[in-house]
Amino acid sequence: MAKRILIVVLALGLAGTAAWAYKEHRDKQAVLLNAENTYQRAFHDLTYKMDLLHDEIGNTLAMNSQKSLSPALAEVWRLTSEAHADVGQLPLSLLPFNKTEEFLVNIGNFSYRTAVRDLDKEPLTDKEYASLKKLYAQSRDIQDELRDVQKNVLQNNLRWMDVELALATGKEAKDNTIIDGFKTVERTVKGYDNADLNSPSFANFQNRDDNYKHLQGRMVSKKEAIETAKNYAGIKNTRSAEAKPNEKGAHFSFYSVSLKDKDGHEITADITRKGGYPIWFFHKRTIGRQNISLNEASQKAAQFLNKHHFEKMEMFESSQYDNIGVFSFVAKQGDVRIYPETVKMKVALDNGQVVGFMADDFLRSHQKRVIPKPKISEKEARSRVNPKLKVMEKRLAIITGDLNREVLCYEFLGVLNDDTYRIYINAENGDEEKVEKLKDTERTYGKSI
Amino acid sequence: MKYNGCMKFLIVLAAMAALYTAGSAEPAYAFTDQVIQKGAVGDDVIELQARLQYIGYYRGAIDGVFGWSTYWALRNFQAAFGLPVDGLAGDRVKAKLVKASKYDAAYVKSMVNSGKKFTYYGGAKKQTSNMSVNKAATTSNVPNGFSQNDIRLLAQAVYGEARGEPYEGQVAVAAVILNRVDSPSFPNTISGVIFEPGAFTAVSDGQIWLTPNDTAKKAALDAINGWDPSGNALYYFNPATATSKWIWSRPQIKQIGKHIFCK
Repeated sequence: MAKRILIVVLALGLAGTAAWAYKEHRDKQAVLLNAENTYQRAFHDLTYKMDLLHDEIGNTLAMNSQKSLSPALAEVWRLTSEAHADVGQLPLSLLPFNKTEEFLVNIGNFSYRTAVRDLDKEPLTDKEYASLKKLYAQSRDIQDELRDVQKNVLQNNLRWMDVELALATGKEAKDNTIIDGFKTVERTVKGYDNADLNSPSFANFQNRDDNYKHLQGRMVSKKEAIETAKNYAGIKNTRSAEAKPNEKGAHFSFYSVSLKDKDGHEITADITRKGGYPIWFFHKRTIGRQNISLNEASQKAAQFLNKHHFEKMEMFESSQYDNIGVFSFVAKQGDVRIYPETVKMKVALDNGQVVGFMADDFLRSHQKRVIPKPKISEKEARSRVNPKLKVMEKRLAIITGDLNREVLCYEFLGVLNDDTYRIYINAENGDEEKVEKLKDTERTYGKSI
Repeated sequence: MKYNGCMKFLIVLAAMAALYTAGSAEPAYAFTDQVIQKGAVGDDVIELQARLQYIGYYRGAIDGVFGWSTYWALRNFQAAFGLPVDGLAGDRVKAKLVKASKYDAAYVKSMVNSGKKFTYYGGAKKQTSNMSVNKAATTSNVPNGFSQNDIRLLAQAVYGEARGEPYEGQVAVAAVILNRVDSPSFPNTISGVIFEPGAFTAVSDGQIWLTPNDTAKKAALDAINGWDPSGNALYYFNPATATSKWIWSRPQIKQIGKHIFCK
């Protein structure tokens, strides 16, 4: 009797487990299918956008009136940015596909620049027309290859989940049609001559100058780098100190220095080998209750800069985050602010010690500049600013303009409808170089931070 | 002329005397002796905003964060009262302000803390106003171009990817994400970069949904404020766990903790 009951119970248990397992399996399939569909949508979207992109570039080639050219170029720009977004949704991050993405961004930049330009005054040059033609041909290549992949995907029911799995486990060598297809696209784009992308209309988005070429001074040794770090951290005695040179891939050489002060707090810094300047440093310690005001802290920061020969710097931003003050300083030459040369600092509000320092931008671009005389007067520049803006502050400043070139501008800070704006008017030709709405404080939504 | 000057002096003296007596009667004068500058937070800023609003210079919300609208209000006040216009609330400015306005600390603070809409024009204790709206109890400084939610998302990514790493290693991870946002080879938003399929293991295995600690938040904030200990890296990997061979082909910049950062 007991045996029978046991058999029934076990049988019921087995059936239950089987049912549960089946349900789990179905749920898992549903989730996987969902993920697969998301990938498929992004992929088919991408190929469709490339089709449209190719056609639209073709349209611009045939257009004669400037009136229709501008919107068509704007359309090209929109399509490239959408295609770019689609690429970002595919599991390709472990696959080298960046040349293709850069290519898309290049077309986007080119079409944007030409679309916003007044083509009646400044029509497409022959050279630009030639690049457009080239882009047309290149986009056809990409389109063809993507269509090829698409055909395979549709015909053979290829799954993106397999791509993801193959890439994640590093078994790329195995034959995977999708991966191979995308690799072919990438190879094609790599073969393109980049030379014609260097015309000024192609925005120069390349990385900022990585070589620190304006740095002065001789090469410093490890020991000197450690001394520099100690000097900036303001400590004499250390428990331990070590410096490590950079790896081979860096574009300039530096030492990564790590110190422990006598209380055991760690200080880490990167020091350039040429000249021995600190790129950044952190003094890692817990910061106590606020004892000094933000204003006092800003004075400490200014003193720190003076002491370390960052001269003629002016504070232009200050913010308090709990018990830390963060300050931005900008270099001045004469009365002109040089915005590419900025230094950022963190000051602890318990005792006014500088606990963070960042001079990357400053070291990259610091140099003696020949500042041209402004060609238009301040009054003229003011007349180019929206008349509704109530100007509160104005000065001359050098900023990095749209094409990554330094331009001399009149800077106007003003208020319009309770919002604060920073507006730059080119001091040479009166162009509105940049308009920025400056963020006021943000209210806390819920209490997340 | 001399008489005039004398009169002024007397008036100031009388005002100060009145103030001292008033001060003992109702403890309204709460300014500490700090110089208040843009970016500051705290009770002094609340008092500054309330007083500026009392006399009609400040139209924003009284929230205790010295932002741009407070800055311009203060400068306008300085210009109107013949003070040097520098946007700093020093002793002279505070004295002038105290003289020109009233401040009911307990009332204003209770309003700020409750997060109610309120206004302080002429000290009118009204609850409704369309000018001065303070929707939440607290406000904070945020770097230009980013929101607190961006910082939070970045902090989650940092915590999921690099908790247990040295502080500069955590900042570097956040900096890599921001470098990717700037790079043409990656999506253009923080969320786009973080959620790019397969880009970060913390996203793939769900660790990004852990609650970030204070260090991760600070690291995210530092990276947003411009710190980049990675040397402008676009990739990083842990040599002990990296599965992709391709990642080894990237030019390496430096190693922080367990992570190697590459171009």
